[in-house]
Amino acid sequence: MATQSLVGTKNRSGQVVTDPWKMMHEAERSPCFFTGSEVIKEAIRRANCDVMIAYPITPQSEAAALIGELFAEGFIGDYFRGESEFAVMSQCAGAAFGGARVFTTTAGPGTMRAMENFPMWAGARLPIQMIVTCRGINSPLSIQPDTLEISYLLNTGMLVWHAETAQDFYDWILKGYMVSEEPDVHLPLALCCDGFFVTHTKDVVNLTPADMCLPPYDPYRSPVPCMDMECPPVRMMRDPFVMKSNYISYATHASWQQEVWAAVERSRKHAIRWLDGLIEVDRPDAEILIVSSGTAVSQGREAQALLEEDGIEVGIVKVKTLRPWPEEEIRQATKNAKHIIVPEFNVTGWLAKEIRATIPDADRVYAGPHVCGGMTMPPEVIAADIKKHLGIKAESLAGRGS
Amino acid sequence: MSKERIKIAPEMFEIMPSEYQDLVDRATYGKEGRGWKDIGTSKELIEEHSLCAGCPESMAFRYILASLPAPEDTVMVGSTGCTSLVFPHVGVHNIHSLFGNQNAIASGLKRALSVRFPGQVKDVVVLAGDGATVDIGLDMTLQAWFRQEKFTTICFDNELYANTGGQESGLMQKGFVAKMAPVGKTFEKVKLPEIARESGCHYVVNCTVSKPNLVEKVIKNAIHVAREIGPTYLQLYTPCILEIGKNSMEGLQEMRDSEKPTERFAYKEYVSDEAKELLTELAAKEKERKAAAKKQLAEKQLAGKA
Repeated sequence: MATQSLVGTKNRSGQVVTDPWKMMHEAERSPCFFTGSEVIKEAIRRANCDVMIAYPITPQSEAAALIGELFAEGFIGDYFRGESEFAVMSQCAGAAFGGARVFTTTAGPGTMRAMENFPMWAGARLPIQMIVTCRGINSPLSIQPDTLEISYLLNTGMLVWHAETAQDFYDWILKGYMVSEEPDVHLPLALCCDGFFVTHTKDVVNLTPADMCLPPYDPYRSPVPCMDMECPPVRMMRDPFVMKSNYISYATHASWQQEVWAAVERSRKHAIRWLDGLIEVDRPDAEILIVSSGTAVSQGREAQALLEEDGIEVGIVKVKTLRPWPEEEIRQATKNAKHIIVPEFNVTGWLAKEIRATIPDADRVYAGPHVCGGMTMPPEVIAADIKKHLGIKAESLAGRGS
Repeated sequence: MSKERIKIAPEMFEIMPSEYQDLVDRATYGKEGRGWKDIGTSKELIEEHSLCAGCPESMAFRYILASLPAPEDTVMVGSTGCTSLVFPHVGVHNIHSLFGNQNAIASGLKRALSVRFPGQVKDVVVLAGDGATVDIGLDMTLQAWFRQEKFTTICFDNELYANTGGQESGLMQKGFVAKMAPVGKTFEKVKLPEIARESGCHYVVNCTVSKPNLVEKVIKNAIHVAREIGPTYLQLYTPCILEIGKNSMEGLQEMRDSEKPTERFAYKEYVSDEAKELLTELAAKEKERKAAAKKQLAEKQLAGKA
């Protein structure tokens, strides 16, 4: 409604509200050498956020605290520490129901503790953005990188994107609001990254100008009413559906669930535009393809270089969005591949399962290597697994029992 | 929300549903001094409900909604339970999200409304059952009070889980035999009013809903104190007549019996010094307003006679 007309005006902290496409694609970028946590802060500085709610859990604590500094500097409308992730996600919901642009961060056990909130966010059509800095959720206690928690998010009705690098993270936080706040989408976004590997390492990231920010969130473009008593309330129904065991009640719930998933699908066109496609393909004609998401993509690239030295050509498919799932893109990208290798930072291989369910001749998929519990994934491990899979003799790697 | 928002274009008036016409013509939005006596003379914010016949909650709902000082700028937050069956009928924005997270939702909501509407009245009122307030949601209830969140928490205390069929709750009396308390509840009724006082609530009342006058007074006090100072808590006895073996007509008597001076719902209140000062100020203003209205009426009558 009002967003375009606000371009050129100043926000509460004196930043110039900028056309988001121009800000992300045309504005001059300046390089910085920051940790992933600092990059999150810099993205949120430019996101025109109303409310951020924080809770400490490794490895997202630093980012959550840095955003507190932004609040102290006047860049965020309100900020506080909640009492648990379950409470924080409900507080985020309350703020989003009230028409605020909301941001939060969590990780591992925090994601699991808050889980009841996520289908509620999606069902209530709250475009909250939540950064998930993945870590182990297993017992015994682990704080190390592990992406198992992402698999639990896949059926919540949220958009789920998986960033590879800090640059992805920076751009996708800002672009994420533009996609999830579209009236035909209006869904929460879980923007995931591999904890520590992205949050705690420094990288060169090109930032947009600090005096530019996104247009403010306009809650009146929502497909459901904003709970601020600025529009006339309606009595929704005489008998709440929760009380009824009849066809109309079931049909109402069913059609709303279908609508939430239809909205996930409708986000596809916006995500394609903003992220320049849901996947990125390098050497699509290679017979061997590494298909992965997050930092496993970076390790796959290193493995690609190693294998090239041995005369083995490998292509790379980087999956950017898990919801919406790039089904057609993956089918197309893998249609000539004879071997599809899916390295993952988790024990169950959820990405490989998704890919197997997507493509014809699923026995082309080799699910692995899998590392978990905080183990790193040296490119040599990926290269060795590929060779083993192809029946090529590979040097044994210490400590893997091979 | 200004009443202008719901005004109907004259050309369209006839074709609007009568409910909407009533809302525009006879709603009490923006009316100073609205209260329970408006029931029956103006469009109520609730007219129908899906509670059991004779349920005291339905009385409580009507008195509370008639007493909100600014319904046109009030958002209510509920939780799962019998109250969640009523909210879809209520004519103010209301949020149901999960079971027990009502004070967390209200915390985020109140802060968002404060960011978006600085300097404007936007009241947030939580209304949930005792299971939601004291058992599953206790940490969020207390933490909102510790943080001095500026909204009112109302607990409909029926001393059990009514909607799921009468199971033991923390606010149930010791010794009461119920589902999940097969040999009688083994520990005392949780003393939430006292805990509320110690947790930073500025206005706390424990009472029944037998007297509409009293309900109106405590609702208005609680909302005004929350708006200006900090958290407030009302624990209202709304017995589940079904689960305590009473008939539809016996709810009122059950409340009267339970509010006798020696009983557990004898009127009890705590008001902080800051809140006392505010309430004295507001009472003086209300007295002035009533005197002015009386004077105006007398003058009008006099002019009429002349």
